Amino acid sequence: MEPRRVPRTVSDPKVRRVGFFAPPDRSQSGPPDPTSSSPPVSQISPSGNSLSPVMIPPPRNLSSDMSRHFPPAPISPIRGARGASDSSVPVGSYNPSEFISPTATADFSPGRSRKGNSAEFASSLPTGGIGMVTQNNVPASGLTTVSTVRMPKAVTEKERLAMGEVQRDQQAGDLKPLKEKMTKAERRALQEAQRAAKAAAKSEGSKTQAAASGANAVNANPVKAPKVTPSKKDSSSVAASEKRDGDRQPDKDRKKDVPHPRMQFDDENRVEKAKKRSVMKQTEARSRVELFRHLPQYEHGTRLPDLESRFFQLDPIHPAVYKVGVRYLAGDISGGNARCIAMLQAFQESIRDYSTPPEKSLVRDLTTKINGYVSFLIECRPLSISMGNAIRFLKTRINKLALNLSESEAKASILSDIDHFINEKIILADKVIVKHAVTKIRDGDVLLTYGSSSAVEMILLHAHELGKQFRVVIVDSRPKLEGQALLRRLVGQGISCTYTHINAVSYVMHEVTRVLLAASSVLSNGTVYSRVGTASVAMVAHQFRIPVLICCEAYKFHERVQLDSICSNELGDPDAIARVSGRTEINYLDGWTNSDNLQLLNLIYDATPSDYVSMIITDYGMIPPTTATNAEQDAPRCRCPSSRERRQEVRDIDLPPRPATDAEQNAPRRRCPSSRERRQEVRDIDLPPHRDYYDSNRSPSPRTRDYHKQ
Amino acid sequence: MEPARGMDFQVVVLAGGFSKSLVPLVSKEVPKALLPVANRPVLSYVLNLLEQNNVTDLIVVVEGETAALSASSWISKTYIDRLHVEVAAVPEDVGTAGALRAIDHRLTAKDILVVSGDLVCDVPPGAVAAAHRRHDAVVTALLCSAPVSGPSDSGSSGAKDKAKKPGRYNIIALDPTKQFLLHIAAGAEVEKDIRVQKSILRAVSQMEIRSDLMDAHMYAFKRSVLQDVLNQKETFQSLRRDVLPYLVRSQLRSELMSNGVQSDENGNSKDAMQNSKILPSQLLANESTPSFHELYALGPDGSASITRKTHKCCVYIANKSNYCARLNSIQAFSDINRDVVGVANHLSGYSFSAQNNIIHPSAVLGSKTTVGPQCVLGDGSQMGDKCSVKKSVIGRHCRIGSNVKVVSSVIMDHVTIGDGCSIQGSVICSNVQLQERVILKDCQVGAGFVVTAGSEYKAESLAKKERP
Repeated sequence: MEPRRVPRTVSDPKVRRVGFFAPPDRSQSGPPDPTSSSPPVSQISPSGNSLSPVMIPPPRNLSSDMSRHFPPAPISPIRGARGASDSSVPVGSYNPSEFISPTATADFSPGRSRKGNSAEFASSLPTGGIGMVTQNNVPASGLTTVSTVRMPKAVTEKERLAMGEVQRDQQAGDLKPLKEKMTKAERRALQEAQRAAKAAAKSEGSKTQAAASGANAVNANPVKAPKVTPSKKDSSSVAASEKRDGDRQPDKDRKKDVPHPRMQFDDENRVEKAKKRSVMKQTEARSRVELFRHLPQYEHGTRLPDLESRFFQLDPIHPAVYKVGVRYLAGDISGGNARCIAMLQAFQESIRDYSTPPEKSLVRDLTTKINGYVSFLIECRPLSISMGNAIRFLKTRINKLALNLSESEAKASILSDIDHFINEKIILADKVIVKHAVTKIRDGDVLLTYGSSSAVEMILLHAHELGKQFRVVIVDSRPKLEGQALLRRLVGQGISCTYTHINAVSYVMHEVTRVLLAASSVLSNGTVYSRVGTASVAMVAHQFRIPVLICCEAYKFHERVQLDSICSNELGDPDAIARVSGRTEINYLDGWTNSDNLQLLNLIYDATPSDYVSMIITDYGMIPPTTATNAEQDAPRCRCPSSRERRQEVRDIDLPPRPATDAEQNAPRRRCPSSRERRQEVRDIDLPPHRDYYDSNRSPSPRTRDYHKQ
Repeated sequence: MEPARGMDFQVVVLAGGFSKSLVPLVSKEVPKALLPVANRPVLSYVLNLLEQNNVTDLIVVVEGETAALSASSWISKTYIDRLHVEVAAVPEDVGTAGALRAIDHRLTAKDILVVSGDLVCDVPPGAVAAAHRRHDAVVTALLCSAPVSGPSDSGSSGAKDKAKKPGRYNIIALDPTKQFLLHIAAGAEVEKDIRVQKSILRAVSQMEIRSDLMDAHMYAFKRSVLQDVLNQKETFQSLRRDVLPYLVRSQLRSELMSNGVQSDENGNSKDAMQNSKILPSQLLANESTPSFHELYALGPDGSASITRKTHKCCVYIANKSNYCARLNSIQAFSDINRDVVGVANHLSGYSFSAQNNIIHPSAVLGSKTTVGPQCVLGDGSQMGDKCSVKKSVIGRHCRIGSNVKVVSSVIMDHVTIGDGCSIQGSVICSNVQLQERVILKDCQVGAGFVVTAGSEYKAESLAKKERP
């Protein structure tokens, strides 16, 4: 299974640098892929094993790309007649039945094509992300078009040698056991693929007249079709937008897009490079805490004045975006939802003022612009995961714009898309969360919350409106003391509150019956990434056997897996913890901040392991933390078959049971666990008996992987 | 290049006209904006500062037609191809507020940065603009630490007697975060006590009153608000004396919000569903750090039952290491001349020699003549033997005889000085003729004046009869 890591890494470089090794991720190899019709494992040559048979099908017009990458090999006996080069193969020309029936591809030697790919990968890896996405498609296209090639053994062998050690090293020793697993996985993938193809065909047929023009649209894009489906309205523009998708993205954008968020700041080369292209002059902090060297850390005092003084030099930055950036930097806006909304509204404003320069296309130019804004905002403060998801959404929408739209129409469409995002993913999501969560509040409850969260606040206020009798304990911590603002608002509404600092949490936990916490993000292994201190509160609550409910909108979910709060975190202003506001006499650290022996660490986030979390309340319903991936529509795109079992667990904690399905019915279905643990689980428990349950529920599953590629 | 795009800021430089406070120095030929500071018109310091900060489109407002003509001819000569400057002439004595009223129709951007033309400073104007934007303020003022030398508000006959008194420029009250302006009064106008509004004090709960700050006369205004105020309050003459204090006073009971800030923010959201639109803004408000304005607007119990209208008046306090001075008195004129070649010589734009002075290559020095550090000697000037120049600025094409002492003085262009003169702490304008053995101490000599041989003056202002 090792080899799977290759496409995985390739397709989403952001995940590549997660602090520990994330093993093959089926979320990528998406079972619904039609290409999974690839051969039974038995026929894969040993090295061929390295090929994930399940791959992302190519965007249609990628064939030229493909031929660039490995032109000579994939001439199939069948297709060979048609043309010497694959690029001449009409893109949608193969028969859907070909991949529906596994036997058709029996002879396919994936080893070869995969090898080509992985070799290329190996060589291109150091240079960063440009080639990655395209490569990702390459093997896929190879796969689809070459599906019946019988590869001369010699060639494979030779190539294998040439391919170098890299890959073989990676394949390690665990090839054998993996092989076994893969068989199973494969079989399932196969079924998935068939189903997906059917669904796609159906949806295409019903949705667009364009599809009627032939098998073309259907079989070329069994996956792309669903990609378009999430937006119900643009069915008319499907054809056009599909064409767009195929267009090569400006490579530049991708490159810019890729390395930033997960840069390791102890890597001097990269830091140098980043400095060169940065808008701001950033002074690096001198004394870094050893474990956190890889995080961006700057002298806090210097950035704001520098950014302010260069106000007039930042011409390419729209004023609204600038304002939001400065407010991030100054700490005027904090909180995931607020930051996300502020950013989106700034983007809206900038799009409103936008006009396409002559001889440029709106889609490309606007994307470039947005990229510039985003990197500016990143310099002001690292993006939260929710913002990353929102940006991804926005870019996808821009890229999907039909070409025939006029500028004003295009702008209006994007603006309304953003409005929809804000309203549906944030505002409406919060309302749904409130609705769900309120059912968990009973008379006489004592609810504990930590910090200040908009979602939790709304829950409390709504429960109060419903006349429930409960008490709130607000736990707060230095240096931000955000809880005070929440306290003020709650007390203003007449809710009875207790306010305490986190030091006292173990004492106050005795009387608490529920813990309501918010999250900055929920990762796919159920880890809750949230304001620092949340983990402690959750741990104490766990120790006291008090249910911990996490309120988190689905747009904040992320496919990343993180086991600790070290590999990805954010550092705040160290001065904030060195000083005590309002108490000038506490000045023991004055002038000490530059001492070599003193390192101040002001962490912003921490990671709460899923063990401490009883339940996550999202807009798709209430789920156990271990199935976090289900709820999210955008980022995580897999569904764990074992979720049903897990759901059972949720009912077992002392919360009232609820119809388990409502969340699941709304949630777009995806299967494929994304962390090693879960995969293990999946393998062990085998598939749930009633597979058709999923089938019946799965709408033509919107594959959202494209969000990540953008 | 498109004006007023980019950051949506417009820059207006108020260059003034023939300022009365500078009377012997300014004249029909030399409006205030063109007074030389280290042999460069004072206006060039502002324009260079703006140019360094990428501000290339600006409006220069000059009082009086003739002054405007001379200013615009100088600007177009100097900044051709570098800046895009519109020079607007307004009637004399309309005041700064009146000047803005007169160019009202040209103001289109969202915010206006108003800079006084007599400002010599190195504070980036962007910082003021950024602070303004960040808080969404109606006005943001640049404050800098007051120079240690004398006050400049009195403004009558120069440096006569008050040079040593402790200066009081402004009485300024700030909130604890030093971001908002709670009260401002000109130091000279304060008699005994200042009155601070109770409501503001109650809202902020803590107020810091300082007298060591100076209003540098660089303001960022929200355009809609500025225009409202100027139109509604027709009696307002001066930005500093009327408009700014008015805005500060009324910040908690704002009258201008009806069509000002609020509509700016909410106007674009009308299309969206009304009640769902309230939520994001509320979300934003809840999660952003509230200033006392917002808390006050919410009312004492934190519920938004009655929203009170407020607006924000911000300040940007310049770093102490920045130089900042206004040329609004004769004292200030000598001080700035001294500083620009001395402590703040990065502003002058010249490169200083190893002796820390500038002697133009075309200047001719006699034997045994010494030019000390912190001096400037303009091109084409000639000096006789055994002269000594200390801490002074000498303009172009001056002819200075032998045995002349010049200490801490400013000598403009085309001045003729006879043998044996001694000049100390004085300002001598263009085309002045000093005959032999004149002794001047702390004097100002108006343009074209002739000082007869052997005369001796102390702390006097000499000018031709046309003085008003």
